[in-house]
Amino acid sequence: MKPFTKHTGLVATMDRANVDTDQIIPKQYLKRIERTGFGEFLFWDWARLEDGSPNPNFELNRPEVQGASVLVARRNFGCGSSREHAPWALEDFGFRVLIAPSFADIFYNNCFKNGMLPIRLSEQQVDDLFAHTSKYSNYQLTADLETCHLGDTHGMDIEFEIEPFRRRCLLEGLDDIGSTLKHEDRITAYEQKSGGFKNGR
Amino acid sequence: MTAKPRTLFEKIWDQHVVHTEEGRQTLLYVDLHLVHEVTSPQAFEALRLAGRTVRRPERTLSTVDHNVPTTDRSLPIVDLVAKQQIDTLRANCQEFGVTLYDIHDPRQGIVHVIGPEQGYTQPGMTIVCGDSHTSTHGAFGALAFGIGTSEVEHVLATQTLLQDKPQTLELRVDGALPPGVTAKDLVLYLIGQITTDGGTGYCVEFTGEAIRALSMENRMTVCNMTIEGGARAGLIAPDGTTYDFLRGRPEVPDDFDAAIRRWQQLPTDAGASYNKSLLFDAAQIGPQVTWGTNPGQVVAIDQCVPRPGDFTDTTDQKAAAAALQYMGLTGGEAITDVRIDRAFIGSCTNGRIEDLRAAAKVAQGTKVADHVDAMVVPGSGLVKEQAEAEGLAEVFQQAGFQWREAGCSMCLAMNPDKLEPGQRCASTSNRNFEGRQGKGGRTHLVSPAMAAAAACAGHFVDIRDWS
Repeated sequence: MKPFTKHTGLVATMDRANVDTDQIIPKQYLKRIERTGFGEFLFWDWARLEDGSPNPNFELNRPEVQGASVLVARRNFGCGSSREHAPWALEDFGFRVLIAPSFADIFYNNCFKNGMLPIRLSEQQVDDLFAHTSKYSNYQLTADLETCHLGDTHGMDIEFEIEPFRRRCLLEGLDDIGSTLKHEDRITAYEQKSGGFKNGR
Repeated sequence: MTAKPRTLFEKIWDQHVVHTEEGRQTLLYVDLHLVHEVTSPQAFEALRLAGRTVRRPERTLSTVDHNVPTTDRSLPIVDLVAKQQIDTLRANCQEFGVTLYDIHDPRQGIVHVIGPEQGYTQPGMTIVCGDSHTSTHGAFGALAFGIGTSEVEHVLATQTLLQDKPQTLELRVDGALPPGVTAKDLVLYLIGQITTDGGTGYCVEFTGEAIRALSMENRMTVCNMTIEGGARAGLIAPDGTTYDFLRGRPEVPDDFDAAIRRWQQLPTDAGASYNKSLLFDAAQIGPQVTWGTNPGQVVAIDQCVPRPGDFTDTTDQKAAAAALQYMGLTGGEAITDVRIDRAFIGSCTNGRIEDLRAAAKVAQGTKVADHVDAMVVPGSGLVKEQAEAEGLAEVFQQAGFQWREAGCSMCLAMNPDKLEPGQRCASTSNRNFEGRQGKGGRTHLVSPAMAAAAACAGHFVDIRDWS
């Protein structure tokens, strides 16, 4: 996994709550067996008109947010299906930082497995980011995972919280499986103690 | 000194800790890993590239459900991309030694139906699957939750997962459900009350008289939809109902009575506390119908569709306005006036034998309305066989319902079963998200009996008035 230390990027906003993973990557694209190339299908049903051309009214199609890598949305972002295709699509599209008052648990977890940083802020702080984005053109945010600070060039500087272990894994780009297998003796000991599958566990 | 009272969740968690240390997530052992075609190919591929194996193939069970056609299976699969995904799972299972209930196996079916059906799902277990509705298995008092594909790979390779310990949330439902009100109505009501993110960060335990009175099938319906309230896992303590359901199934422990004695230790101790408890009265619950585009946007059948102005929070108002527009509703309509074009009975929420019995009871001796296209999709091949043996299939077919092969089908419309744009569907599935059952399709979530009644009447009806 690629590490995440600090990222500065253009901000795009989605003024919607409960954005579910069915919207982020619709089911017709889940049949692929690859892990890459999902970016072009991101938010497909919202982003495209019937004929497949871009929907000019969709917020991420606006000219001023092209190249955005920071996404600000409302609460419960990423709810619904466990499909990791959702963070794959967001990452492939170019997003590295996601900001919302809350994220659904499975989606939140999946982001960390793909080198993306989901940041939970208060409703008020997210309101402020929406206001800043409409006030300033080409509004950019910098997320620094070393210091856990989120800032802009207009004097905003807020601290965000993140679980220490997740932070460390992201900073170092740790391979989860590799680090778990360092405890293989413990897994084996657990299995010996608890017995086989049909014997009651 | 007596041990500190613990909840059901804490007992299962504690028993599965392989390793824990300060500043790290807990390494938790996984007893059972369920695998399907959609969320596994990238995990197997990564395993192969890293030269790793499946650590415990005997703890891994695989089937094809999301993609498979529900029509005549003697015909080749027309969707070549879907076929490739199914073929890939078949090859992966063969290469890594994983049991697969393939498309022609009578045990094939929706992964959350077949686990309990075969007795793989047992109290006290940890169960994961690359599917959010893994919460279904919590009905047996198993800690079961959905994971992403990276975690699928992690479990395949290590039989463990790195996890943060969730908080506990008790949802207690006292009293008895009124006649005509089912487990589906109960869980939709609860989601409406706590909202779709009320359970985020929690493991839920459902308690109370109304929960205890439920059959295993109905408990699975409740736990299945825990994720729609934001919680990854929902538990119900095992009891006699659980043991009666499991006894005699192929994969249960050989010494079943000894297993029961172990399982009897699992329920939450007197004096144990949850991080949060919410109390509900079953008598207040009526048959439910969702009106919007998330499962928390729900009302009782005798109520009207709300208007955006009925909500106080501005985000909720915007969400309601967007949902009404998508659903082709204005707000203020009586739910019973809403006409439907399609009906879908099935899914991991309501595709089990009791669900089909409930729907067939309504369909018996009547006909699907002329303008409605209705289908019944059993949750597994064995559910299908049983329904045919009981004469339910005949009831459905005589009433004009299509009778299909087992799979996820139009719950998520990955296979050819889908809504056309603008079509309105009474569905027994779990998600009414935009486009979930087909782009532009409009989904209303209901119980099996309510779906069958709506199919026959052509619009939603109060099942309590059905005769």
